Amino acid sequence: MRVVLLLVALLLSGPVSAQTVVGDAIPQSLTGEPGDAARGRAVVANRQVGLCLLCHTGPFPEERFQGNLAPSLSGAGARWSEGQLRLRVVDAGRLNPATIMPPYYRTEGLERVARAFAGKPILSAAQVEDVVAFLMTLKE
Amino acid sequence: MRSLPAIVSAGALAVFLVTWAMAQTADPRRSGYQEMGASLRAMQDDDSANPGMLWVGEGRALWARREGAAGKACADCHAGETAMAGVAARYPAFDAATNRPIDLGQRVNRCRVEQQKAEPLAPESRELVALSAFIARQSRGQPIAPPDDPRLRPFVESGEALWRQRQGQLNLSCAQCHDDNAGGRLAGATIPQGHPTGYPIYRLEWQAVGSLKRRLRNCLVGMRAEPYAYDSAEYAALELYLMSRARGMAMEAPGVRP
Ligand code: HEC
Ligand code: HEC
Repeated sequence: MRVVLLLVALLLSGPVSAQTVVGDAIPQSLTGEPGDAARGRAVVANRQVGLCLLCHTGPFPEERFQGNLAPSLSGAGARWSEGQLRLRVVDAGRLNPATIMPPYYRTEGLERVARAFAGKPILSAAQVEDVVAFLMTLKE
Repeated sequence: MRSLPAIVSAGALAVFLVTWAMAQTADPRRSGYQEMGASLRAMQDDDSANPGMLWVGEGRALWARREGAAGKACADCHAGETAMAGVAARYPAFDAATNRPIDLGQRVNRCRVEQQKAEPLAPESRELVALSAFIARQSRGQPIAPPDDPRLRPFVESGEALWRQRQGQLNLSCAQCHDDNAGGRLAGATIPQGHPTGYPIYRLEWQAVGSLKRRLRNCLVGMRAEPYAYDSAEYAALELYLMSRARGMAMEAPGVRP
């Protein structure tokens, strides 16, 4: 079995640190702690924070307007492991360079970022962990 | 004697040729107007219901008003309700004085400064938007017709490059939404193909008429990208690319959009 070890050196300084990508996953928690699924649900549903429902649908009966540009989040936790979900949220472009899914935890290689957001990832490491914990609960 | 298979295949060929010819003539381009519901389309179509006509009316009054040290009105040089017919359909145009394209608003300001000896109007000011709406209204129904000026070509090309460039914290390009995902739903909004057919538009979200630049600025802010400066070469290039992409589509100004 061949395990590809890739070190992603994100920013040398700044809030985003290096994560170890193994195959198509980031097995280790970005914070070293498990996330909180309830907080993660709130991030995913929030149009100013997670933005996920701009593109995705999912099990959010209270949210009237959901996008249809991406697969439903329902069942994501059955289709993917925690580490696979983490890499998809951190930087989906590593798996599909043409993806429209924003890189939630990457700050380098971006052009003309608005001043208010410059140098900041879309989500903090703790928020990514919360989102991953929530996605893991979506078994069907 | 002709065999049955030969007749069938001749028929199939004819069907194929007709379908192919239709595919060649059917224009896949859709104005944002076509993405709207019936009530918004009706609002745009009926001058007495279209709020943009208020700005057209203000523009008409400004057109006739003497301004600046020269004490001249636009109407003193361009008389009549149709003096500007077709003009908005061929802007941005190349400006020899500055060696770059200028848009309709910048052209209006050129006349204010040089002919009327007045201060230029601020970008996106009520007066400039109203004058632009009055001018653009005179091209309604006419095909978008960007000038075949070879001096514009490099700007159209850089506009297309900007269209395809990913930018902002969300790392998206205009093309990813408006070419690749047009017709899809971004939360509650249908993504239009992004044609400049209706501008200036009355946008319900603005409760006002605004320019194409204001619309582009909204998209850039949504991508969390730094908007360009109002008089930048980037907006002129993007507008020029959008006009060439929409060549031949009908002008609708003042359009109504959600
Ligand atoms: C601008 C669009 C967009 C946004 C916003 C977005 N995604 Fe995605 N996402 C996609 C697309 C498109 C795919 C399909 C795979 C691809 O193109 O990379 C995808 C794939 C995924 C997948 C894998 C789905 C599967 O089962 O194959 C997960 C999980 C996911 N996204 C979660 C999220 C979460 C969580 C958020 C918010 C924190 C989010 N996405 C925000 C567009 C988006
Ligand atoms: C994430 C998706 C997205 C991106 C990226 C995006 N747009 Fe848009 N754009 C939209 C949506 C959605 C609308 C319609 C909004 C509405 O109806 O409220 C729109 C509207 C427009 C319109 C108005 C069309 C009309 O019918 O009036 C133009 C022009 C336009 N965009 C150009 C651009 C340009 C240029 C860029 C890049 C600088 C860009 N867009 C980037 C989603 C996007």
